[in-house]
Amino acid sequence: MDSFVEQLTRGAEEEFTEESAWDGSAVRIESSSLPAIHLPVLPRYLQHTTTGGRKATGFQETKTACFNYIHEALLENQWQRAAEFMTAYLETLESTSAEHRMAAPEVVWRIGAEILCHHSKSSIEEFNYFAERIKNVGVKNYLKVCLEHVFHLLCNGLIDDAYRNLSLAEGWRYGEQTAAHDKEMKLIQAYKGLLDYYNWSEKRKAMLELDDDDLAQFVEQEMHSFFRQAAVNFKEIIKIPGVWDPFVKCYVELLEFYEDYDEVRQVLSEYAYNSKFPSNPNAHVYLYQFLKRQGESKKTRIAVLKILHELVPSHELMLEYNAMLQKSKKRKKHRLGLQVIFTVLDFAGWKEHVKAWSCLAKQIKQILENSSKHLYWIMEEWNSRKDWWPAFHFSHHLAKINWQENESLACEKAFVAGILLGKDCKYFRYVSHQGHKAKKGRFQTMKKFVKKHSSSHLRASGVLDSCIHL
Amino acid sequence: MEEEETRDYSEPCMQCCIINWGLTDEGKFYCKSCHNVIERTTEVLTSDVVPNTKIQSISKGLRKRKKIDKGWEWYVCEGFQCILKKQAEALQALGVSPQMKDEILCNFWRCYLQKSKQAYCSMPVTDNALISDIGTDVDSEPERISLHGFSSFSESDGDLQTESSFGRVSSIGKASATETTSVCSGSVDGGSYLLKRKKGDLKMSMPMTLSLCYLALLWLREPVTLSDLLRFVLDGHIPYLNAFQCFPEEMKLYGVDLKIFRVESWPVYEDVHKKMYELAAFLDLPCFPAITNSCFLHPNILCIKYLMEANLPDELHNWTCRVVKKINVGETDFLTLDPVNKSTRKVKYDVLAAALIIVVLKLLFLLDDQYEWLHASFARKRNQKNKEECPWFDFKKWYTIIKKSLDVEQKKLDEERARCLWKCEKPLFYSAKEKYIVLKRRQTVVNLQRQFGSLSGSMQVSEKQKPSSFQLNWAEENTDGICFHGHILEGILQEKDNSLTTTNTKYWLCTVKLCNEKICGHLTHYKESDFPQSYQFVLNLFSFLLRVPASLIHEEVCLIEHKLFKTKLRRR
Repeated sequence: MDSFVEQLTRGAEEEFTEESAWDGSAVRIESSSLPAIHLPVLPRYLQHTTTGGRKATGFQETKTACFNYIHEALLENQWQRAAEFMTAYLETLESTSAEHRMAAPEVVWRIGAEILCHHSKSSIEEFNYFAERIKNVGVKNYLKVCLEHVFHLLCNGLIDDAYRNLSLAEGWRYGEQTAAHDKEMKLIQAYKGLLDYYNWSEKRKAMLELDDDDLAQFVEQEMHSFFRQAAVNFKEIIKIPGVWDPFVKCYVELLEFYEDYDEVRQVLSEYAYNSKFPSNPNAHVYLYQFLKRQGESKKTRIAVLKILHELVPSHELMLEYNAMLQKSKKRKKHRLGLQVIFTVLDFAGWKEHVKAWSCLAKQIKQILENSSKHLYWIMEEWNSRKDWWPAFHFSHHLAKINWQENESLACEKAFVAGILLGKDCKYFRYVSHQGHKAKKGRFQTMKKFVKKHSSSHLRASGVLDSCIHL
Repeated sequence: MEEEETRDYSEPCMQCCIINWGLTDEGKFYCKSCHNVIERTTEVLTSDVVPNTKIQSISKGLRKRKKIDKGWEWYVCEGFQCILKKQAEALQALGVSPQMKDEILCNFWRCYLQKSKQAYCSMPVTDNALISDIGTDVDSEPERISLHGFSSFSESDGDLQTESSFGRVSSIGKASATETTSVCSGSVDGGSYLLKRKKGDLKMSMPMTLSLCYLALLWLREPVTLSDLLRFVLDGHIPYLNAFQCFPEEMKLYGVDLKIFRVESWPVYEDVHKKMYELAAFLDLPCFPAITNSCFLHPNILCIKYLMEANLPDELHNWTCRVVKKINVGETDFLTLDPVNKSTRKVKYDVLAAALIIVVLKLLFLLDDQYEWLHASFARKRNQKNKEECPWFDFKKWYTIIKKSLDVEQKKLDEERARCLWKCEKPLFYSAKEKYIVLKRRQTVVNLQRQFGSLSGSMQVSEKQKPSSFQLNWAEENTDGICFHGHILEGILQEKDNSLTTTNTKYWLCTVKLCNEKICGHLTHYKESDFPQSYQFVLNLFSFLLRVPASLIHEEVCLIEHKLFKTKLRRR
């Protein structure tokens, strides 16, 4: 069921495209070929702008007013007042206008659920009662309301009740409507599968604590039946394109427990690579983690992370990706690694990540020490960032804060700043000054290194300039 | 068949607690409301001799016949008569003279039936005309033709009886109601009632019942204005919403009848007022009893009432009377309703009185958002100095006090309206097919209302307020300086040639030119933002008191102004 707001916006969009589709071509038609215009009928009274559609009845007007009062009361957390107006608003379920009557159950369900969730006198029994009534108001809502009811039960820790409700909903049939609700039914079954999985994992926990072999065997059988029920439902829902992370995760765990690795591989590859599915970074993460667990070759793992890098360049697995690239023997991979670590640091979430900074520092150091053959790698990365990184990472203010909060971070950053911006940059100067005061040995070596290579900084930019001039 | 099988099993459904069992094709019991299939099966189907299909067809046939639940044969006008009677009784309970019900309204009603050729005439609507007019559904042409066949058949049967109290031939009704396969209305002539639309024909409708009631009140010159009447209706003192509940049990209401008797909107002042004049003309009523200056509806008297209610100084009455005299709206000829003389203007007594007060306020205080405040600060200072003497009327103080209580009352009214329940216990359904689903929905709503009712605390609906002509009360006893009735209009009046005139010599017209009512539908067009705030406030105050839109009062103000400044306007 689409909410009517959606329908409205859709209607507006359609109108818009119709209007925008108009172009000047019509103007060119010769006036002689034009047919006579047929004027529309005027309203009975001039000057009366008639608003489209039928005039709202008094009933609808009062119900709209009532809705507004409820809305206000909800915003102000006046649950009693909201409930009071709700008694009057419930009559919209009986509206004589079919359009309003169709839209009413969802509105009533949302408002009612909100009130019952917060009202001090409300209880889970009240909520159940309400949900049961609403389920039967309109056939179209049945499964949706069932599912939301189950969520509510789960939020309150009533897992058995939720399971019972899902089983009931699963058995629901209503003529032709049953087919129309195929997808919703699949969802119901999938969530039932999730609860089966929950029971399964509870049993597994219980089994681990058991000493009695006979009993353990019995529990194992129980587990297996849960597994079967869950697996069937998971398998079904995963066939439909969509984002099914919780189901996939649980399914994988189940399959791995029973060592059906081929199935896992197939499921995860399908989930990650099927183009019909919406792009989903987690799909690649799950695949990568599985491959890692399986001890797959680096090559295949790198291939997976390559896609993840394209989707989410700031993902936490990027450090792992970088490390793998560094260990490779190919120079191209090294260069890619440098790109990866630079990109990671473009994101605010990584700003204070010591490990990322030390990675970058280490790589720069390696390149500088190895001969300056690959210096232009750094310069090319730096070129697009030199306008904003100084303010983003290397300000005087940040230097102060970093030094206060995390000296090793400040240290790594100061090294990078010194190399990229030269030894006169604010960040490097502040940190090295503080380091000198604290008389820490490592600063001396760092300083020497930077001083030695800051000339290479100038030289490198010179190289780059000449490249541009060419 | 199905009903027979499931009748004996009266356990409520485990899921939804409703007893409404049906049979699946396999003969299993299922709940018709939540579609829960239970273990119980019917024994009949165990014998495999009869194929399933046959059973289904039989059961369908049975079901249909059973559901056509016929009550009495009744006519739409009988329904209205029932409602009118209840309305008249309610009015009588409110203190209207018993004459109204038994003499006036009754006679008007008889007159209506006669004029609309429904009864009391030598040639009631002829059988043939009726037959051709009876339709099952407004938009189902073929069925109408088939009905024609049915009717002529019954005619040839010679079953002509005059049972109906209105001298109507009922056999036609029988033919259409009992023989038609699809039920379209509970009343005999519901379908045709909506169909025919001859010129000069005036069909009774729910708002028109109020027009008729008001005509009767006007005839008796009862001290009730139309706005009062409508307010009593809205407050539930006079049956209107779900008035069909007063029908006897046997008068079944469904199908097209719903369109006639179901109320989805409150009556609109202008609408009822217009219909009242149409009705008076249709009934060919003679000139109504004269409205003299001793009648409640005379502007001079109504003005006193509204001045009191608006908490304005009594002294203003002197001025409204002068305006009334000047523009001749106090004349008996002008005020009395005379359906014969079509040129007379249709007077809205209450709106006229309110507009008169506004015009007087404009004359004295200008209401241009400047002069009245200027005078107010002057009056306030003067009142502070001389506390013993009679206080001068302070517009600002009046505004603050009225505004405060008006806002409170308005909010209360709006909330009350929003809380209003429209549906009655016994729901209406269009056809027998709908009956079950409508009843089920009703049951759900009632259950949920009970649930949320208990959550809304002990705030039970307060006792129905006793009806009163006054909505705002400024009793002179609780004088915290709140009552302005005794305040004097000093400071804005000056003596000139032995008579008091206003100090203020200016005036502004609401509109220079009136529109053509036939083209625009209105004489004026009120747009709030075009007018000073104080003028808007005064309009809104009376709009609240009369429960009519502000534009209606504004229109009347414009009219009065044009009469008042006629000569000056013409000279331009």
